[in-house]
Amino acid sequence: MSTVAELQVGNVLKEIHLEPVSRLDLIKYAGASGDFNPIHTIDEEAKKAGLPGIIAHGMWTMGNLAQLFTEYYEEGFIQDYSIRFKGMVFLHDVITLKAILKEKQENKLRFNVQAINQEGNEVLKGEVLYHQY
Amino acid sequence: MFKDQIGKLSNKVKNVVERGAVKKFAEAIGDLHPIYFDEDTGRLSRYKNNIAPPTFPRIFDYGVISDLNLPSKGLIHGEQTFHYVRPLVVEEEIYCYFKVKKYFEKKGNFGEMGFMILENYGEDLGGKTIFSSTSTIVISEAVRKVITR
Repeated sequence: MSTVAELQVGNVLKEIHLEPVSRLDLIKYAGASGDFNPIHTIDEEAKKAGLPGIIAHGMWTMGNLAQLFTEYYEEGFIQDYSIRFKGMVFLHDVITLKAILKEKQENKLRFNVQAINQEGNEVLKGEVLYHQY
Repeated sequence: MFKDQIGKLSNKVKNVVERGAVKKFAEAIGDLHPIYFDEDTGRLSRYKNNIAPPTFPRIFDYGVISDLNLPSKGLIHGEQTFHYVRPLVVEEEIYCYFKVKKYFEKKGNFGEMGFMILENYGEDLGGKTIFSSTSTIVISEAVRKVITR
């Protein structure tokens, strides 16, 4: 699909497969976002919190997911973006980002969005309401 | 235990959508599209400037509510929303504050869980809201016991 205007209900945006999650990804996100909760970067702290290992910031995954819409910046913008964090993302997980158009009313496009891991489990799901100019 | 915090507002803090911070953030979320950092792409766009990714407001300073003592560890981020009137533009000034929107407790798998909903706001100089966002934070019983101690 080259433009949002051409999308029909039921169409999907081109999915994105992220590189396996690395510690450096999470260290970078911690620095860029200011979220230094150590369960995202330091193994011992994650273990102390009862986790098998460090986990990605939920907001790292939510931030990544929005990139499905970035190329359409001339046509509109994300008016509403809501997410429920469903599962944890661990080191080396391979995340796929998806969006499907569920509803179109005049200039508002409602997409279901999700991030799934290599086992096909949903780690994050939600909605994007895209406002077309 | 946080019920008395409902409705409380923080002070307002001036934030700038810093060019370098936007680029660093876009890089960190794997979304290094030129609309976020390339000056020509920004200038030629309908925004006449670069814009910030939708989750960028995470980095802003929203002030403090002096007697709201959330623990620094053990919180679970359950849900997150953003609402925009328009995208944020690089170099603009945004006045940010937050509010305790809701707090309730509910029995769950890990005992009595606390749910706090914080709402963040960003306004322009004229006081017009440009974005708002909500975070649902889950506080387990074990963590709440530590705070009361």
